[in-house]
Amino acid sequence: MTLDLPAPGDLSVTSGSPETGTAKAAPAPAAGESPAPTVAPLAIETTGLTKRFRGGQVAVDHVNLRVPHGAVYGFLGPNGSGKTTTIRMLLGLISATEGSHELFGTPMTGRSWSLLSHVGALVEGPAAYGHLSGAANLARYDAGDRTADPVTAKARIDVALERVGLTAARGKKVRNYSLGMKQRLGIAAALLQPRRLLVLDEPTNGLDPQGTREVRTLVGSLADDGTTVLVSSHLLAEVEQMCTHVGVMHAGRLLKQGSLDEMRAGQQASVRITTPDPARAVEVLSRLGFGHVLRQGSEISAPYDGVAIVPEKVNAALVQAGVGVRALAVDQPTLEDMFVALTGEGFDVSG
Amino acid sequence: MSAVESIEAAAVRAGSRNVLPAGRMLSTRFLRSELRLVFGRLRNQIALAVMALVPILIGIAVKVSSPSGNDGPQFFNQITQNGVFVSFATLTVALPVFIPLALSVVAGDGLAGEASAGTLRYLLLVPVGRTRLLAVKYAVIVAYAFALAVLVAGIGLITGLALFGGGDATTLSGTTISFGVAIWRLFLTCLYVTAMLAAVAALGLFVSTLVESAVVAMGVTAGTVIVAQVLDQIPQLHTIAPYLANHYWTNFGDLLREPIMTGGIVRGLLVTLAYVGIFGSLAWARFTSKDVSS
Repeated sequence: MTLDLPAPGDLSVTSGSPETGTAKAAPAPAAGESPAPTVAPLAIETTGLTKRFRGGQVAVDHVNLRVPHGAVYGFLGPNGSGKTTTIRMLLGLISATEGSHELFGTPMTGRSWSLLSHVGALVEGPAAYGHLSGAANLARYDAGDRTADPVTAKARIDVALERVGLTAARGKKVRNYSLGMKQRLGIAAALLQPRRLLVLDEPTNGLDPQGTREVRTLVGSLADDGTTVLVSSHLLAEVEQMCTHVGVMHAGRLLKQGSLDEMRAGQQASVRITTPDPARAVEVLSRLGFGHVLRQGSEISAPYDGVAIVPEKVNAALVQAGVGVRALAVDQPTLEDMFVALTGEGFDVSG
Repeated sequence: MSAVESIEAAAVRAGSRNVLPAGRMLSTRFLRSELRLVFGRLRNQIALAVMALVPILIGIAVKVSSPSGNDGPQFFNQITQNGVFVSFATLTVALPVFIPLALSVVAGDGLAGEASAGTLRYLLLVPVGRTRLLAVKYAVIVAYAFALAVLVAGIGLITGLALFGGGDATTLSGTTISFGVAIWRLFLTCLYVTAMLAAVAALGLFVSTLVESAVVAMGVTAGTVIVAQVLDQIPQLHTIAPYLANHYWTNFGDLLREPIMTGGIVRGLLVTLAYVGIFGSLAWARFTSKDVSS
């Protein structure tokens, strides 16, 4: 199984740079048409978006999401933190109890569902007609899209299947697909048309490591085309590798959002040393001015600001003191560290 | 990746996808897709096949032992005189329960089936507008009702002609109409039966917007039809009978009078129209405001 992905820039003929790439989908203003999306600084903007379920449970609590154009926005949070409910509201599947939101700078109301033809989405797992083949499923969804050209339907379906590596299984009944194949089919459905925004809710669920890598590559190539991507996940490490921006949900609230660098700012890196002589290594580090040195077996670690002492100096000091160094590493702060710092909790299921 | 390039280039050339080409506003592509989905479903095909057996069984039964006297359901006594009455007799027997039951399966499945499979949310994301989705679903359920009526009538006609022959037919008024006119009346009957079933279709679709289990929607729809049939049969409740849509179902017999008696037919159509309006509005109000969270 291969993913035949265009190299970045391969589509430059049609999509141009990310900045102008979004402009191609912007329609010529036409009188009397549905609200015409224009290029706006934000692809998604929500204002006080809130969902209170019957029974009073607040699933999403005044969320102000800001997803810039061209961003790959990692929408993070434990299971049950309100990510999917937020996405459902963004896509008009459920109504907001309070607040509003805009897609491409156009308010999304009951009447503006046509904005959705610019959005490809995978929400809460894939769904398909089990008795139909993969290709027939895509044809079914494409038939519903009045903006889709029926003449190019077959070619577009073939390309979408190829992009997710399902060409060989195109004629097989979806009932006989594995979960990973269904997930791929769902992504293929989102790719039937050129989109300005892709919303992928837990896209790597059910995929093996190879499939996960392929999704990451796919997201990267789409972002290179100028498509804005919103990826939700409860797996922090996975998202960290493909995102430019991150928003963190916890118990229905958006705790923090921003570019990856902004999010990491304020979080400290740490230096980690593996040595057969940890006791003396702790001494050396303390003498060098490191505080909060932790010792765990043969491994010691300490917060590292990266300015005062460069790593090679630490190594030299250790060697001079006769401490054998088996490994020395500087760990950048991870999103998980950040999440723990924000919530004071581990990244578990939200109550 | 030349395919991708040419498609994207075509999309760019076509300009905005917000401005639909003139022909596509009225595209029947989704309607055809829905027709394929419903009529391509093995379960629905089996239901049609089973219904097609009913006129064959009735034809054979009457051939083997002709009814005597004037008892038995309407039209059974005329079957031996003219094969076309196999169709009318079968519709009389199958319309009260069997046909609505088969239709309930399709109608109840309408939205609840899509909801329980999760495909409903993807159709809405395509986006298929909610009103449009409802309209297409309803149109195809009514088309299935028409298929049921035409199939029963058609197989009945073939069976009848093979076993009893055709020729001029005696109407319920005692006069004679030509075989061609009889066939025309049979076609009108199919249209009337379809119109009557449109109320069941609207009820089924409404129930289908309420629940997320297709089986529950089918059961509730079929159950409601059966209860309505029982209510219509209870003499003590004759005051409410005229307000039941099913009270008029077998009025198609009036199409076999000479001239056609329109009174009961028109009343049946009006009451059915009222039910279609009520259930259609309820389904629309419910579905367009519903949170789709399955």
